[in-house]
Amino acid sequence: MGCRTVVNTLADPTRMSSPPGPPLWLLLELTYRCPLHCAFCYNPTDFARSGPELDTDDWLRVLREARELGAVQLGLSGGEPLARDDLEIIVAEAHRLGFYINLITSGVGLNETRIAALKAAGLDHIQLSFQDSSRQMNDFLSSTRTFDLKCKVAALIKHYDYPMVLNVVLHRLNIDHVEEILHMADKLGAEYVELANTQYYGWAWHNRAQLMPSRAQVERAEAVTNRFRERIGRPMQIYFVVPDYFERRPKPCMNGLGSVFLTVTPDGTALPCHAARMLPGFEFPTVREKSMAHIWFESVAFTHFRGDAWMKEPCRSCPEKTRDFGGCRCQAYLLTGDAANADPVCELSPHHHLVTEAVALADRPYVGEAEKPLVFRSPANSATLFP
Amino acid sequence: MTSNPITGASRPAIDRRFRLQWEAAQNAHVLLYPEGMIKLNSSAGEILQRCDGQATVADITANLELAFATTGLSNDVIAFIAMAVDKKWVAVLS
Repeated sequence: MGCRTVVNTLADPTRMSSPPGPPLWLLLELTYRCPLHCAFCYNPTDFARSGPELDTDDWLRVLREARELGAVQLGLSGGEPLARDDLEIIVAEAHRLGFYINLITSGVGLNETRIAALKAAGLDHIQLSFQDSSRQMNDFLSSTRTFDLKCKVAALIKHYDYPMVLNVVLHRLNIDHVEEILHMADKLGAEYVELANTQYYGWAWHNRAQLMPSRAQVERAEAVTNRFRERIGRPMQIYFVVPDYFERRPKPCMNGLGSVFLTVTPDGTALPCHAARMLPGFEFPTVREKSMAHIWFESVAFTHFRGDAWMKEPCRSCPEKTRDFGGCRCQAYLLTGDAANADPVCELSPHHHLVTEAVALADRPYVGEAEKPLVFRSPANSATLFP
Repeated sequence: MTSNPITGASRPAIDRRFRLQWEAAQNAHVLLYPEGMIKLNSSAGEILQRCDGQATVADITANLELAFATTGLSNDVIAFIAMAVDKKWVAVLS
């Protein structure tokens, strides 16, 4: 699956030093079970050792408490959220509470019975992932035979009059197919297309060398997208999320940790971003023991990186810190070993060479999978990596 | 897309891709759409909550003038609706 990781419409960048606002964006990862095995999945590579999933009542309590805090956008994700047979109950309660409900799905399991039941329960929007525009590449990249099924699901989404976001995670192996992907999205009737370049966390981090596109590939794909935008004859909003490794300034990741975003993992761990479990030194609170109010306002995991007191140089004295919040804490940790460092995507970071070296490596000619095989996301591979 | 000029007879409705609701935590009306939210100022909220696809722009204007005990809002309402149509928040039915 894929998910836009930057909440770019909810930002209030002037809010850094004022009291924290509500967790406007609540993402519930209902399960790690997934019929797909995408090599770029952001889920943690050690998910197989995660504890048991929350039960229905836990999720309903999380919804009620978060809504009281002012949460309004709800993402239901995973894994594959349709793997939960209580999804309709969760959606109905969320709707009753006034959430705008986004289902982020591979489409597997979304038959007509369920899509009708979800509509009746109040689901607002469906984001459907594709891995590529062709059956062959879609099925290879997800390590499943799902292309034809996804096309059928897209037709069902239209038939039931949901706004449809078509999400395709881009990387070295499919980024040259952007033109075909956009044609496919147009033909399927998507209202929004998200061309989300891979962000390197979880399985994508593990497979980074095989997934990183070359700079020429990225530039070509962006030019193709811009040309397509100009000539499309109906309203279809196209987002092209530039891979941050190719930038000179970091993304305003999560608008700063603890600013607008709160995610709950299948076992009930609350995180300030979906990748944050990797950050060392934190005991992430669980919704089994703590209220959402405690988690958001009191827990160190949410307060530590809020504001700018944690920053080191060059961020601390940088005038751009109110715009990008120092970038991504997880990326700083993964690349430099210290989550309080500047995101090395920033060219002002003394570690920026780690990013440019990874990009330079991607300029090598592609010699096929033989160079090093992709490791696909699966419980078996997870257990092998973390015995 | 051609857009007809907004007149007193136009019947605006919130576009199907948006949902309008009052958010107590924001103390504001908001427009919700896939993975996003637009926080509205109070006059935008007052106008949009009257865009139900039934009321004409003239009805909406009269209703606002009554509610706020004022007159002469017509041009402001028309200009706002035109902007909202341009942003695709609102569709005009006739």
